[in-house]
Amino acid sequence: MSGDHHDHLHTHDDHAPVGATEPRPEYARLERAVRELLIAKGVLTAEDIRKQIELMDSRTPAMGAKIVARAWVDPAFKARLMANAKAAADEMGVDTSNSATVVALENTPERHHVVVCTLCSCYPKAILGVPPAWYKSSAYRARTVKEPRKVLAEFGTSLPEGTEIRVVDSTADMRYLVVPMRPAGTEGWSEDRLAALVGRDSMIGTALADTPKN
Amino acid sequence: MGGIEPFASQPIDRAEHELSEFDKRVDALVNLLSHPSRALMRVDEMRNSIESLPPDEYDRTLYYEKWIHAVAEIMVAKDVIGEEELVLKLADLKEEDGEEA
Repeated sequence: MSGDHHDHLHTHDDHAPVGATEPRPEYARLERAVRELLIAKGVLTAEDIRKQIELMDSRTPAMGAKIVARAWVDPAFKARLMANAKAAADEMGVDTSNSATVVALENTPERHHVVVCTLCSCYPKAILGVPPAWYKSSAYRARTVKEPRKVLAEFGTSLPEGTEIRVVDSTADMRYLVVPMRPAGTEGWSEDRLAALVGRDSMIGTALADTPKN
Repeated sequence: MGGIEPFASQPIDRAEHELSEFDKRVDALVNLLSHPSRALMRVDEMRNSIESLPPDEYDRTLYYEKWIHAVAEIMVAKDVIGEEELVLKLADLKEEDGEEA
């Protein structure tokens, strides 16, 4: 990369990639300055930051997949998940104590849910980890509410015309976990095996759960 | 952002991006500062700060650059960090980076 960071300001793409590249030097310094001042004042410690990053790194969509798989095999758990997703996640050992309300949305042959945050990038991080870059992009946020079927098709998800697509807009206070449909041909499968079919995007609604491979 | 042009006519870049160490530290700072045990900032304050950026600056600023901008602004507004001490600290770091302060 050029030593002159002003190059960065005049690229052809005016809309900088999200979470993709190193920050400009002035922002790197701003982070260091704020962090070091907060530590010096005893507001937080370097250890707090390290532990928080460890927690972030430990949160992956695999947690959500376990919850979905349990819901597929256990109707009573599914009922609890649909009634109170945070409490159901806690049951599965996912700490959601610092999370906003989470609502589970069940996909069916009649209705498919897809989640977007038009205002910013609200996402059920406690359950799915950090959102993918595209979820935070202006294009996904602008287009999903306008042409969801076309957006889904770009993600390789083509739904029958008869399936209603419901676009759900996340907020700071309410996040959504999509429960995809259980694929056919998985009767009698263990939860672990089922969970392996539940990808991150199927819990955002841009994809379906994977179909079993022979 | 719902339906807003020019974004509504743009392709979605579906590439997966790893978070940088900077991204992770900024995310950690926001989580720690907004945790109920500290309650030094809220997501609405962060959005207000980010959405107050001029449109051209907003467009060219990375996601977590916006976040640290908001953290700094809110910490100064709440006098958790003094404006002057932040300016001095930034000047020190700039000199350390070998740039003219």
